Amino acid sequence: MTTMLNVRDLRAYYGQIQALHGLDFDLNEGSLTTLLGANGAGKTTTLRAICNMIRSTGAIEFDGATLAGRSTENIVRLGIAHVPQGRGTFTTMSVEENLQLGAISRKDKAGIVSDIERMYDHFPVLKARHTQQAGTLSGGEQQMLAVARALMLRPRLMLLDEPSFGLAPLIVRDLFKILGKINREDKVTILVVEQNAQLALELADQAYVIETGRIVMSGSATEIANNEDIRKSYLGY
Amino acid sequence: MELFTNQILAGIATGAIYACMALAVVMIYQAIDHLNFAQGEMAMFSTFISWQLMQWGLPYWVAFVLTLALSFAGGIAIERLLFRPLAKAPILTNVAGFIALYAIINSVAGLIWDFTIKQYPTPFGSSPFLGSQLISTHQAGMIGVTLLLLVLLYLFFQYTRVGLAMRAAALNPESARLVGINTSWMIALGWGMAAAIGSIAGMMIAPVVFLEPNMMLGVLIYGFAAAVLGGLTSPFGAVIGGFLVGIFENLAGTYIPGVGNELKLPIALALIITVLVVKPAGLFGRPTVKRV
Repeated sequence: MTTMLNVRDLRAYYGQIQALHGLDFDLNEGSLTTLLGANGAGKTTTLRAICNMIRSTGAIEFDGATLAGRSTENIVRLGIAHVPQGRGTFTTMSVEENLQLGAISRKDKAGIVSDIERMYDHFPVLKARHTQQAGTLSGGEQQMLAVARALMLRPRLMLLDEPSFGLAPLIVRDLFKILGKINREDKVTILVVEQNAQLALELADQAYVIETGRIVMSGSATEIANNEDIRKSYLGY
Repeated sequence: MELFTNQILAGIATGAIYACMALAVVMIYQAIDHLNFAQGEMAMFSTFISWQLMQWGLPYWVAFVLTLALSFAGGIAIERLLFRPLAKAPILTNVAGFIALYAIINSVAGLIWDFTIKQYPTPFGSSPFLGSQLISTHQAGMIGVTLLLLVLLYLFFQYTRVGLAMRAAALNPESARLVGINTSWMIALGWGMAAAIGSIAGMMIAPVVFLEPNMMLGVLIYGFAAAVLGGLTSPFGAVIGGFLVGIFENLAGTYIPGVGNELKLPIALALIITVLVVKPAGLFGRPTVKRV
């Protein structure tokens, strides 16, 4: 299996404060990996560091290309879609414009049109609301829109920051089902950061656990789910 | 009654210029969250360039189009050289930058073209429009040019990919970067467009106020009033604000005793303060909510 993303000795800083203390991890091509950890462990920071949205040092290689020194928008254009915490909706624009923005770096007009249709198949609720202002959608619908917007890039790697945040359990189930489908059918490698460890471990095949800016455990999702310590601290039984 | 109609129409004509200035101000405000105090001077300098081109023998519309292009490039250059380095600086640093730019452009224009008042041509003539005594062909031309500009801008922002990207970058810069938009260039593009729009305002008003380095001072203050009235976050509001301020200025000058020409400027300032006190977001702006 080839490695799609290779992270070595990643350190990140908020001003004087160091948030990540040398992370090492790999994502295999086609895998669905989850990064687990408590509040403030550095999960969001890790995703932001990959997209160079925060000052960091260390080596990150995506598909052979080194990401150091590239701007956020250039990293995105390599095929890394990032669904940020809070969903990053363009609130005063229509649902369809949000989808078009996802594909703004692409040149193939026909492909974009057919991809928008494909997104409406994946997420029928977006089709029903395609002229509506995106800010008026419910939280779950906005999360669907954020995932769809990210997919419009035709990414090879998708980073998701707490997609379950603030959503009703049933909607989270739906969303995770769709993520699994995207991973299998569209062959998109996915890294999902979650506080909802149980759901994330059901979905993922690989998992890393992060504590105060360090990776403290890694393995297959089943191994991690069966680990006594993890069960006690993250799954609560 | 004829006086009243006349004042309204004349107000709409000058309002068209204020609308252009307000639009330029709003464009930069949307991009970088600061008011460009030098917007008027940039427009004045552009107008001088067009005048110079005509002095060298170019026909009006050729000079007009060339000036648009040069202003666009100049706006981008100012952003790249002066304001990009200040992007993360505190607000006062930016204000100082704008004031410096104001003083520099004003003095350089005086140095090159001196401070004597110059005649500036109008391509529309100044005979009565359609035989009516209400407005002149130049005033009608000003309104026409502004409306055409508005339609073109609307089409640009609504139906082109660059327009969509610019709106996205202004609305949510972080999300815009995450879909691959180079937000820094979108800001530069906003500056270029603002400079070009301002140059149109300058070239349209110059036949009325005559060409000299201080010609845009009053116009810019009215432009600010228009932008504040319409809402600094709404280009559409800025335009409506421009027309309203133009009409208001004329009616106040005519009907409120003692206002006349001398007190027209304080009226604009009074308007700004009133709007900021009563409805800070303006007529069409959306109030910004910040989490603290």
